[in-house]
Amino acid sequence: MLLIYHYIPTFGFVIAFQHFIPAKGITGSEWVGWENFSYLIKLPNFYNVIWNTFYISIMKVAAGLVFPIVIALLLNELRSRFVKRSVQTLIYLPHFMSWIILGGIMIDILSPTRGIINQLLAVFGIEPLFFLGSPDMFPYVLVGSDLWKDFGFSTIVYLAALTGINPNLYEAAVIDGANRWKQTVYITLPGMAPVIILMATLSLGQILNAGFEQVFNLYNPAVYETGDIIDTLVYRMGLVQAQYSLATAVGLFKSFVSLILISFSYMLAYRFANYRIF
Amino acid sequence: MVEDRSWTARTLSTVNYTFMIMLSLLCVLPLIHIWAISLSSNMAVSSGAVTLWPADFTLDAYRYVLGKPDFLRSLGVTTKRVLIGVPINLLLVVLMAYPLSKERNVFPWRTVYAWFTVFTMLVHGGLIPTYMTIRETGIMNSVWALILPGAVPVFSVVLLLNFFRQLPKELEEAAFIDGAGHFTLLFRIIIPLSLPALATITLFSTVGHWNAWFDGMIFMKSPEHYPLQTYLRTIIIELDLTSLGSEDAIRLAENVSERTTRAAQIFLGSLPILLVYPFLQKYFMKGIVMGSVKG
Repeated sequence: MLLIYHYIPTFGFVIAFQHFIPAKGITGSEWVGWENFSYLIKLPNFYNVIWNTFYISIMKVAAGLVFPIVIALLLNELRSRFVKRSVQTLIYLPHFMSWIILGGIMIDILSPTRGIINQLLAVFGIEPLFFLGSPDMFPYVLVGSDLWKDFGFSTIVYLAALTGINPNLYEAAVIDGANRWKQTVYITLPGMAPVIILMATLSLGQILNAGFEQVFNLYNPAVYETGDIIDTLVYRMGLVQAQYSLATAVGLFKSFVSLILISFSYMLAYRFANYRIF
Repeated sequence: MVEDRSWTARTLSTVNYTFMIMLSLLCVLPLIHIWAISLSSNMAVSSGAVTLWPADFTLDAYRYVLGKPDFLRSLGVTTKRVLIGVPINLLLVVLMAYPLSKERNVFPWRTVYAWFTVFTMLVHGGLIPTYMTIRETGIMNSVWALILPGAVPVFSVVLLLNFFRQLPKELEEAAFIDGAGHFTLLFRIIIPLSLPALATITLFSTVGHWNAWFDGMIFMKSPEHYPLQTYLRTIIIELDLTSLGSEDAIRLAENVSERTTRAAQIFLGSLPILLVYPFLQKYFMKGIVMGSVKG
């Protein structure tokens, strides 16, 4: 199965170098060398799309790294086990919803005419904002909703790292007169460091994945300028406009850069956190 | 932890509790809002009276949705893919993770096979070649196009093989001395010990199959083969107003607004997950912790 559905598609990248016509098949199509690539580089919106991809995903990585750490630390300070468990359960929930469901919810609550968010803003006298239709706001809506969906998941991972810290360290620190803040800075954070480094490096490899499922379900032509990412461009070029070779060329470009980033980040992860996949 | 009873510490603690509770509310309120809309009448919704509790309670939206043949048919497709896909996933994951968890002196080609497996996780052929492969293998438009390409979830294989490796080696030796073969060992000893990890993988793969929509959208030519999420996409996201036929127009007049029916379908689409979530999440946390944070 892996062979058929993962390896054969990998060889399919050759059509990136061809002027591919489905009826003639891979062997019958004309070879054009790098022509598809040079055509792409000349496309005016190509750079724009690459920029969007990086911009959106770097913000997502940064927010997705810092916020869960803070939440995990705060959550760890709670003494009531019941509240702790309930909070964990609730913040984790959106992670299991598909972007179809979440997209539907977002579209409803963010609607400029009838959405609850704009109703709330109106109470404070703010004009309705068209969150999903304004190119200025769209990337931030993406980052915000991505954070909303997934921060619970990362929080759990960090929380797991927190429980692995030896309690004797805290006792020793208290005897030495350290307060809660000092305990956090000198014991908790260093204790979490391997996991933090691990999560950071692994997300580095994902930087070209700005979140196809999310963007695809939330974007519209009005926000292509700031919201279009590599994967959505491949989809429109390939399956909507049937420019098979061009779309594959973009895909290959992305895979190539990703492969470099992933190898690099696994190397970092191995070096700093001694992490191996298997 | 030492109790700190000073005034500032207590204030901070209260602030923290409040913040945490607000945060978790933030995660569920949107869903509750949608639920409230789905149970309210069109009038109440459009006047903006509905926030977190249904106003002017009615089940019309649900009656309408559950009577729609499209909805039921796509629910059927999804049920089918979950019922066939999840067992296939589980079986293949277990059968792959077991040999890969062995040391190199037991299974000499282990590293080669392991890289062969993990490589697929790192490099993808891309959308178009995948699409062409599906078409060439002739499973377009059948439920197999939704099951076979993802039959081996590599992430789960890695999770499970790491779990297998931390089981005590002595168990294995004892079993072999008692005359057990590899299959007996796997099915009588290893699997019963791996239930938390297996529960995690089952949850992953069930949720994955339930939530998947993109494969349905590109591999299914005709809408009657769409799985539920793909179908939901066509009505929730694409929102094609021109497709509002006469039947829908009549419905609109009958107290069922498009917004309440959409809310009802969003809610029904997430309901199974809401139902299984509390039961599996206990296992799940254990499983994810063991798989991702080793040691």
